[in-house]
Amino acid sequence: MVNTGDTAFILVSAALVMFMTPGLALFYGGMVRNKNVLATIMQSYIIICMVSVSWTLWGYSLSFGPDVGGVIGNLSWFALRDVGLTPSADYATTVPHLAFMVFQLMFAIITPALITGAFAERMKFKTFLVFMILWSTLVYSPLAHWVWGSGGWLAKMGALDFAGGTVVHISSGVSALAAVLVIAKRRGHGKEQFIPHNVPMTVTGAAILWFGWFGFNAGSALTSGGLAANAFVVTHMAAAAAGLTWLITEWIHRGKPTTLGAASGSVAGLVAITPASGFVGPVSALIIGGVAGTLCYLGVLAKSKFGYDDSLDVVGIHGVGGTWGALATGLFATVAVNEAGKDGLFFGNPAQLWIQFISVVTTWVFAFVMTIIILKVLDATMGLKVSEEDEVRGLDITQHSETAYNL
Amino acid sequence: MRKIEAIIKPFKLDEVKEGLMEIGVKGMTVTEVKGFGRQKGHTEIYRGAEYRVDFVPKIKIEVVVAAEMVAEAVKVIEQKAKTGAIGDGKIFVSSLEEVIRIRTGERGKEAI
Repeated sequence: MVNTGDTAFILVSAALVMFMTPGLALFYGGMVRNKNVLATIMQSYIIICMVSVSWTLWGYSLSFGPDVGGVIGNLSWFALRDVGLTPSADYATTVPHLAFMVFQLMFAIITPALITGAFAERMKFKTFLVFMILWSTLVYSPLAHWVWGSGGWLAKMGALDFAGGTVVHISSGVSALAAVLVIAKRRGHGKEQFIPHNVPMTVTGAAILWFGWFGFNAGSALTSGGLAANAFVVTHMAAAAAGLTWLITEWIHRGKPTTLGAASGSVAGLVAITPASGFVGPVSALIIGGVAGTLCYLGVLAKSKFGYDDSLDVVGIHGVGGTWGALATGLFATVAVNEAGKDGLFFGNPAQLWIQFISVVTTWVFAFVMTIIILKVLDATMGLKVSEEDEVRGLDITQHSETAYNL
Repeated sequence: MRKIEAIIKPFKLDEVKEGLMEIGVKGMTVTEVKGFGRQKGHTEIYRGAEYRVDFVPKIKIEVVVAAEMVAEAVKVIEQKAKTGAIGDGKIFVSSLEEVIRIRTGERGKEAI
């Protein structure tokens, strides 16, 4: 039976999540140099268009279609066959199947878009398009099926991932790490300084992400009620706590509280609370977020230790924050918040932490290996990085024949 | 005729401008510039990483005056732009061959 309240809630949530990807475009766009801002925004924007098409044709069916051995959906829902105005038997049974499909689409869009921060300012646009279609099909769809699909093996094992800690954040963060190991560094990395060209743009983007995240996490309740309210509240608390702890950590470490730090910290908190948002209470959320702010700050610093060129810190924020969030779910989860969930270690069930650990390791290995393979093949066939001359002139003019600022 | 080029701290521009107007200077050209001298640059912090920015923002004023006015104009700029801290800037004076007012075709002192 279609419930009109739930349907309204899911449709609005889907629109909120959709808005996150343009927000991400601004978040990333402000952090690059002004010769690459359009190319950076474009990567997120065109993913909205591209993944929407592939999701309609085969992506949704592979992710959520009838199960094949716990690892993938089959193609019987190709081109949304059997996905209509009545609820599905397995997912969000109080809203039209189409509403669930389009809500999930917005997750499928933002996940690959998150990776673009890692190779910002240097990737060939044509190769980028092919990479994203392959990644969405070969990495995102299987992972989504394992965790959220009916019959998915991680779901059956009891792994808790409310809104996408593993599927969205670990997968994108780890794929970002794989990408920066395959794609050559930016010219001048380690010698030249790559200073953000527009921090206000980045903060605007962070604010849009925060706003959209209410749809991301609360919407993942798939019904409008107490659970959605809980997810909404803990999402906000974690973002707030993490913005503070990043700021304080940077203040102590570098002597100045930075605007970019406050924005980055709040995003780190949002990442960390994502898998936990339907299983933990507000105080746990303050702790999860608070730890995330400091942990992700240290995660970002790690890149200069290891020397990889993760341009916009996808590994440090989504990889580290997502991993922390997935494990923290195994610590702080309580059935007092969600009867359908589990208790975590701090609520007397240490086994849950182990299950979370397995799901984290699995996601890490799968996303890492698959991304390496896809990029190696593309490197050999199409080439990944623009020429040095194009890189110096900037991607805006060389890839798209545009300049962002004609003042 | 002399051309005075002064590199000053941006926040001193208004005082210098007013000082020069008081002694009868009728026009000037102002440019936002970047550079470094003894002051060197400053440090910026992005996500815990420190970046050295070598070029400091300054204002360059260009004023053209008659030779007999140059000493006074330089004195005004010197007084008004001074904070006593490092990075107050420099004043360059050079002689100027010709000035032409485009609208009227006037030449030399008349055109200043």
